[in-house]
Amino acid sequence: MDILTILIIIPTLTVLALIFAKGQKSYRTISAVGMGIQTVYSIYLLTRYLTERAEAGGETMLFRRTVEWFKPWNINYEIGVDGISVAMIILTAIITLTGVFVSWRVKELPKEFFVSLIVLSTGVFGFFISLDLFTMFLFYELAVIPMYLLIGIWGSGPREYAAMKLTLMLMGASALLLVGILGLYFHSPMVEGHHTFSMMAIAQAPMEHMDQLFFFPFVFVGFAVLGAMFPFHTWSPDGHASAPTAVSMLHAGVLMKMGGYGVFRVALLLMPTAAHEIGWIFMILAGGGILYGAFGALRQTDLKYINAYSSVSHLALVLFALLLMDVVSWSGSVLQMISHGLITALFFALIGMVYERTHTRDVTKMGGLLKIIPFIGMMYVMVGMASLGLPGMSGFAAELAIFVGAFQHSGTLERVLTIMAVLSIVVTAVYILRVVGKMLMGPVTNEAFKQMDKARWYEKTAAIILLACIIGIGVAPGGLYKLINESVTPLIELIQKGAL
Amino acid sequence: MNWIDIVTIMRDEWSIIGILILLLAGEILVDKKQLSMLIPIAIGLFVLHTAMSFIPGDKATLFGGMYRTNEMMHFMKAILNVAVLIILFQSYDWVKTTLLPNGMANAFYMLLFAVLSGMYFLISAGDFIMFFIGFELSTLPIAAMAAFQLKEMRSTEAGIKLVLLAGLASGIMLYGISLMYAVTGTLYFDGFLSAYYHEPLLVFGFILFLSGLAFKISLVPFHFWAPDVYEGAPIAITSLLSVVSKAASVFILMILLLTVFKDLSDAWKMVLYILAVLTMTIGNLFALRQTNMKRFLAFSSIAQAGFILLGILAGGAVGAATVIYFVLIYVFTNLGAFGVIQAIKDESGKEDMTDYTGLYRTNPKLSLVLVLALFSLAGIPPVAGFFGKFFLFSAAAGKGYYILLIIAVINVTISLYYYLLPIRAMLLRTSDTPIPTTKSGNMMRIGLLICVAGIMILGLYSPVYSFVLGLTQSWL
Repeated sequence: MDILTILIIIPTLTVLALIFAKGQKSYRTISAVGMGIQTVYSIYLLTRYLTERAEAGGETMLFRRTVEWFKPWNINYEIGVDGISVAMIILTAIITLTGVFVSWRVKELPKEFFVSLIVLSTGVFGFFISLDLFTMFLFYELAVIPMYLLIGIWGSGPREYAAMKLTLMLMGASALLLVGILGLYFHSPMVEGHHTFSMMAIAQAPMEHMDQLFFFPFVFVGFAVLGAMFPFHTWSPDGHASAPTAVSMLHAGVLMKMGGYGVFRVALLLMPTAAHEIGWIFMILAGGGILYGAFGALRQTDLKYINAYSSVSHLALVLFALLLMDVVSWSGSVLQMISHGLITALFFALIGMVYERTHTRDVTKMGGLLKIIPFIGMMYVMVGMASLGLPGMSGFAAELAIFVGAFQHSGTLERVLTIMAVLSIVVTAVYILRVVGKMLMGPVTNEAFKQMDKARWYEKTAAIILLACIIGIGVAPGGLYKLINESVTPLIELIQKGAL
Repeated sequence: MNWIDIVTIMRDEWSIIGILILLLAGEILVDKKQLSMLIPIAIGLFVLHTAMSFIPGDKATLFGGMYRTNEMMHFMKAILNVAVLIILFQSYDWVKTTLLPNGMANAFYMLLFAVLSGMYFLISAGDFIMFFIGFELSTLPIAAMAAFQLKEMRSTEAGIKLVLLAGLASGIMLYGISLMYAVTGTLYFDGFLSAYYHEPLLVFGFILFLSGLAFKISLVPFHFWAPDVYEGAPIAITSLLSVVSKAASVFILMILLLTVFKDLSDAWKMVLYILAVLTMTIGNLFALRQTNMKRFLAFSSIAQAGFILLGILAGGAVGAATVIYFVLIYVFTNLGAFGVIQAIKDESGKEDMTDYTGLYRTNPKLSLVLVLALFSLAGIPPVAGFFGKFFLFSAAAGKGYYILLIIAVINVTISLYYYLLPIRAMLLRTSDTPIPTTKSGNMMRIGLLICVAGIMILGLYSPVYSFVLGLTQSWL
């Protein structure tokens, strides 16, 4: 068995074990063990990757393997990873593991909950290792559809509406993506009388100029909807607000990153000419999204909505940096995806813990929580600082890289958008500090709050794992940056060669 | 040509006719009180028949070209056999409790097998006479079967509606055939169009002929009979109509368009394009508003037929392969859905979507089968429907039908909404008065299990597609 396929096999086995298990305790134990093994394994993958990288030389993708699947269509199960995918895989494993921990006390249909959650993560792992467009598309849809059940069954508030809206928008986007993928396929170079779905082959010989212009919007929008690009972001706040905690974490932490990753891997790398020519349209939308998300967060009083809009803003920054198409911006952008994934997962985990105790997510009804639940309160302060870009936290390293990259572009549009993006950080600081002040500081507004439980061990475990990663990246971003940067550089060179 | 040849080449037909004769003899000879013993005999014989149809057939023609067959047609018949077999399993309880007391059980099987033999002749037809006989034989008995539940007004209404409209469709089709005969002077498919395809009268006749087939596949705007008949008829008959009958008609439509009417492709491609857009869109829009599960699946199957047209439009061996592959998957998928509806109806008599609220809590297994089937219909991976639809769309995109493809994917998204509605009712909601836990009979379980196996395996196991493609490549 090759090293990457095991990433799919571990969750699959976990799901099988869950199906045959009985009792709530065994469900959560099995899930935690399975995802724990997955996390350890993905870290082992990183070490293997680093040693192989040192020897591999110019090869961009490592551990490549191709298994023939649908021969008449030349569809293969083709897998391989570079530094970016490895980073994403570790992120996914960590967030799924912590997601299992925060769902420790799911009461309603616990078996189905963990099965859906882990099927979702299987889709995500498969997505990040795929090098074949068909396989990638399959895993993409596999990751989206459990969301419907997860939000619809275990969600709160207008869950049916939110679940339906999210599913339809994402599947609608994937329908556009399908058109784009088929376009890529039928304009790909012929090998032995067949077109190819292989991204590596298509990247070597991009399609004709006019075809790129036609199909680029399909692929870009298809993925960008998942990345909550303004104005296609509306599924995201509703979905977040209604989803159960672990699902919000996975959703904002990982699923939305699939959008960014897809934009980068498929839209930009396979259709670079179109990205250069009509990328500006989407750049304006991304710039709008940065400000829209930030100001949207400012207006909200529901904790989950605040973070949902904040995610829209941060993801728009990712898309903006991706569209700049240079080494520093891209590295920063990937770093931002990782950093934001961790930060937002921790945010949603903490919001879930607070909500479980206060039974409200309305900031205006809270106050003085730091005194009652000091651990959760302190964590919230820390992650807030990380989100607004405090040095020493991962957010700072990521955003700095993006802005350094962005300021190298002297075009008027890029310059204006960059300045707008920088200014959005101020707005971020406002909405985060406002929440921290209102929710955690000041007098206790509600007497009933004084009876709240302290954080339990599984909640602490989840929070500490995530915070450790955030601070780890913040203090020493060099290793991760190097991992990403080494993978980005050859891709940029490939694009520039193609554009010339 | 000797008798041995006629027997071996037409073994499917002989075997089903043999079963029919045996059942007829049983009806006459067996004592009235012991008629129930014929049910397992009918099913058992048909199991053997189905198993036999998987022995590959050869390319051959008989009776001076009136009858022809090849590996692909043989495989199509095998697909129909499997579909009918699943229906036999799923309808077992219903036949036993509802039909047997009225003494109609045997009639049900005989009519069903007669329909199937009609479909064989339809697919294997080598001229228009044979085609028309097959067409009638595969339609009229269904009208009788639709009216089987004599005490229910809706069932009778369905039968009458079907027989009237089918008569109309046959008439139009026959008129079209006669016009084409007037131009070409032959009824044989071989060399039918050689020199005349530019004649306007021929095109006119062809359009009339096509409407007859479109009626049977229930393409919009020839679909008006379908929802009422589907809703009124017993579930077994609805599955027969919307799965088996539709599959057979799609097969013959594809065979005719890609071979006999090949030279007329400019005309039929345009017609099919419009029909595809209308069928997908209107089928979908009506399905959105349905609350009766049978009616809901009826409209959904109309929309699915629209997607199938994409493959026929793409044409060639690849297009044909995607059509057969899609139909194969569609058979298992739709019968899975109908099977669950039948199981629920047998037990509780309910078939409204609101009755399904909270079904998962009381009947998790049945609900999961329905969820799988609906996901497959909606084209969600990793179940088979995803692969079927993806390949259909690929075939269309390969021929440059990108606008049609965009319309199709928008329709897929719309269809996802209504496929999620029963899932929402079953899984997301809870009910104070859910359908109580039902215990299906063993036959029903086998039927559903075959469907689930098909849904899970046909997509992921890629040799199936390669096999189908091999068949169509040797055909075209």
